[in-house]
Amino acid sequence: MLLSLAQTALPIGISGIEKRFGGVSVLHDLGLDVAAGEFLTLLGPSGSGKTTLLMILAGFVRANAGSIKVGGEEMIAMPPHKRNIGMVFQSYALFPHMNVFHNIAFPLKQRRVSAAETTERVERALDLVQLKGLGERRVDQLSGGQRQRVALARAIVFEPRIVLMDEPLSALDKSLREHMQIELRNLHRRLGMTTVYVTHDQREAITMSDRVAVMNAGRIEQIDQPEILYARPKTKFVAGFIGESSFIPVECRNGSVWYEDRKLHMAAAAPSLGRHLMVVRPEKLRVIAGEPAGNVNVLPAIVGDVIYQGDSFVCYATLKDGRQVTLRDYCRSDVLAKLPAPGEPITLGIDAQDVVLVADQ
Amino acid sequence: MSIASASLDHAGRPVGALNADALRADARRESRGMLALLSPGLLLVFTVIIVPIGWLFWLSLFDEAGQFSAANYARFFEQASYIKTFVTTFKVAFFVTGACVLFGYPLAYMLSQLPRRAAGVCLIFVILPFWTSVLVRTYAWLVILQRKGLVNTWLMDLGVIGQPLPLANNFAGVVIGMTHIMLPFLVLPLYASMKTIDTDCLRAGMNLGASPAATFRQIFLPLSLPGLASGVVIVFVLCLGFFVTPALMGGGKVIMWAMRMEQTTSLYSNWGAGAALGVVLLGVTLALLGLFQWLLGARATGVWSER
Amino acid sequence: MSVENSLPISHRQRLWLYALGGLVMLFLIAPSVIIVIMSFSGSTLLQFPPQEWSLRWYESYLGSVEWRDATIVSVKVAVMTAIVATVLGTAAAYAINARTLRLTGAINALLTASLIIPVILIGIGTFFLYARIGLNNTLTGLVIAHTVQALPLVVLTVLSGLRSYDMNQEMVARSLGAGRFSAFFQVTMPQIRFSIVSGALFAFITSFDEVVVSLFISGGETTTLTRRMFNALRDQIDPTIAAISTCLIVLSIVLLSAAQLFGRGR
Repeated sequence: MLLSLAQTALPIGISGIEKRFGGVSVLHDLGLDVAAGEFLTLLGPSGSGKTTLLMILAGFVRANAGSIKVGGEEMIAMPPHKRNIGMVFQSYALFPHMNVFHNIAFPLKQRRVSAAETTERVERALDLVQLKGLGERRVDQLSGGQRQRVALARAIVFEPRIVLMDEPLSALDKSLREHMQIELRNLHRRLGMTTVYVTHDQREAITMSDRVAVMNAGRIEQIDQPEILYARPKTKFVAGFIGESSFIPVECRNGSVWYEDRKLHMAAAAPSLGRHLMVVRPEKLRVIAGEPAGNVNVLPAIVGDVIYQGDSFVCYATLKDGRQVTLRDYCRSDVLAKLPAPGEPITLGIDAQDVVLVADQ
Repeated sequence: MSIASASLDHAGRPVGALNADALRADARRESRGMLALLSPGLLLVFTVIIVPIGWLFWLSLFDEAGQFSAANYARFFEQASYIKTFVTTFKVAFFVTGACVLFGYPLAYMLSQLPRRAAGVCLIFVILPFWTSVLVRTYAWLVILQRKGLVNTWLMDLGVIGQPLPLANNFAGVVIGMTHIMLPFLVLPLYASMKTIDTDCLRAGMNLGASPAATFRQIFLPLSLPGLASGVVIVFVLCLGFFVTPALMGGGKVIMWAMRMEQTTSLYSNWGAGAALGVVLLGVTLALLGLFQWLLGARATGVWSER
Repeated sequence: MSVENSLPISHRQRLWLYALGGLVMLFLIAPSVIIVIMSFSGSTLLQFPPQEWSLRWYESYLGSVEWRDATIVSVKVAVMTAIVATVLGTAAAYAINARTLRLTGAINALLTASLIIPVILIGIGTFFLYARIGLNNTLTGLVIAHTVQALPLVVLTVLSGLRSYDMNQEMVARSLGAGRFSAFFQVTMPQIRFSIVSGALFAFITSFDEVVVSLFISGGETTTLTRRMFNALRDQIDPTIAAISTCLIVLSIVLLSAAQLFGRGR
């Protein structure tokens, strides 16, 4: 029963958040809804306002205006210690003058939980983060990964309504980071706490989240499930930030989309007038030999560098207008056989259902 | 807790001003809390330092008959004894500052070049006197320099001199004693600034063919000048208002500014005149510090604009 | 030679520098050493090195009611100053570090005013003020005046402690359910305690060694040790003062070492 947060998880409703630092607006009229028990990631480059938003949620940065409702209760002007939020910092911020047990017991002590119950709940939390029996360790005797787990245990032991994490894995090395991503994900599945997670690592965001909110310059550009975010980016920024993309300018007229003098085949409805960019992912491009099928769009180009990466290869090709596109495919003999030598012309194809357009800002 | 709704936005507020009042109130609450932490200290400083000085300044504007006048200040230009005090004070300050630069620069340079451990040990020689009572150190110099003091006894025993040298109770004694007291004030900031000079710069200089002496002159010396300047200003300003050592080692012959203030107020109870001296001393002190800040600021922006 | 400063200059080439630096260090330390040695002299004559040894000047110091009373006054004032200045200075440093207030320039200027304003002016001003509110020749008056002088040191010491401390820890404590005060006392203070203790020690020495302001505002039963020493030195050079000076030097060494130890801490 303890440490099962599914029943207590609450939705978060964020609206109208304004934040200015000395006259410079860092968050502008920001709104966001997080469902109860959801794992939502704020993803963006540094300076996009994601950490500021997290700090406003935790109560350490005061917004100029806005509303944060947790389970319907307004929290925007509530002091941090009354918010009942578990927070994991990038630096872990473990208390070096306390051992592991007392670090994790800290939030329970503030809530005047009895000694017996405290011991029981701390033990259970230690078990949950796979640190059983390490309660008496000093903080400086722990490895980076263990510190991370202690910080996590401390943030969930008091069954908070929501959990906030500020780039919690960025201090770990790559393999441990990937391991912890899965572990965090599993822990979230088991406990079901509403979680807001901040990162600048798009791969981490895609691996872990139910939904990802991509932030740029103080605004949310797009909020969607990871696979939709990748397959159907709504803005040039999102397409560029998540995954690799080449952008090819296209034009919309007469209800259809044109690349130079060719009409594009596309599955989605064509936008109305205006200049747009076609988002081309490297793995969606194919080398076309002979006549293309009816629903494949053709891009003639000249082969540039070809880089072999073992299982796959990357081919840089230059379109007629001088724009460079990237093609990535597996090193299968049939594919390699179709690949011309550098400097020779090549015909690239992209399927109608893979055509994604974004506005050209 | 006030929960602003959309209707508030129709009441002429800009969109997005949700809960702005509650947040402002919260910000004010926090500011008040911080002010409450600061105010006891600030209040004490204000009452014990700022109020009396303001009061003295006010007093200095009235002559002995209680008339509003500049008599207290005019005196400085008219009476030879005041002029002599100012001249003595500045002379002492110049000599002491000069001596501090002469002795302090090589010491700070040596400390900055020593390995960390050795420098730590040698720093004790600077820090210990720094934290030893000024009275104790002045007493020590009296013992060493007076007529029958150590130096004279030794020199006479060795037969170097026949008559004791006049080392204490005069200008020389004051300068020696004050140099000892001021030296750490120059060495410590100078050493700190020298430590920040990148050794790579010096190595680069040598690799480019400059001799050690040239490297020092062309690279290290210019880079250490801001630290030296701040040390010089601190020492000079402290000298202007210094009291204990000249009072004990001047033998009544070396009257410095602070002693004059003490005499005027304690001995003659002439508060107006004493206050005027204090006002001018404070003015000179602040002017020198301000000038230094301004010069340093101008230099810093100069460097920036070059980049 | 360590790697950090290894320039292609040999120690030999630097010999003149070491010689010069060594002389300056000798100049700095010699007076204290001489006084300590002479305090054990058995003669009233100021000879160095002393011909005979004794503890008579220490007996003369400790046996004198006047010196003892003055010492007690100084200790009392210094202890109280250390306590008051540490509490006020730590509170002020915390508020400055939080950076929520405007006018930080003015606040810093005011707090560090006593470092810049000539002490003689503070002495005269304090005497002038105290004369009107009846605080001259009182312990309270001395403690207040010394606190004002010690405050900047405490603020700067604690502030440097706070700056090297990870404020996220206090934030985490607050998010875990501790109020601001509670978070400070449970998490922040235990970790900056070395800075706070150092600040307190500096405040103690500042008060104990203070001369100029005490000359103006102490007297009679509240004559401080430094005031009595100053007056004694004006008249004659009494070797008893060598014994007292030695005690003051030892006190400085002890307090500095303590501050150093605490500063290294953890």
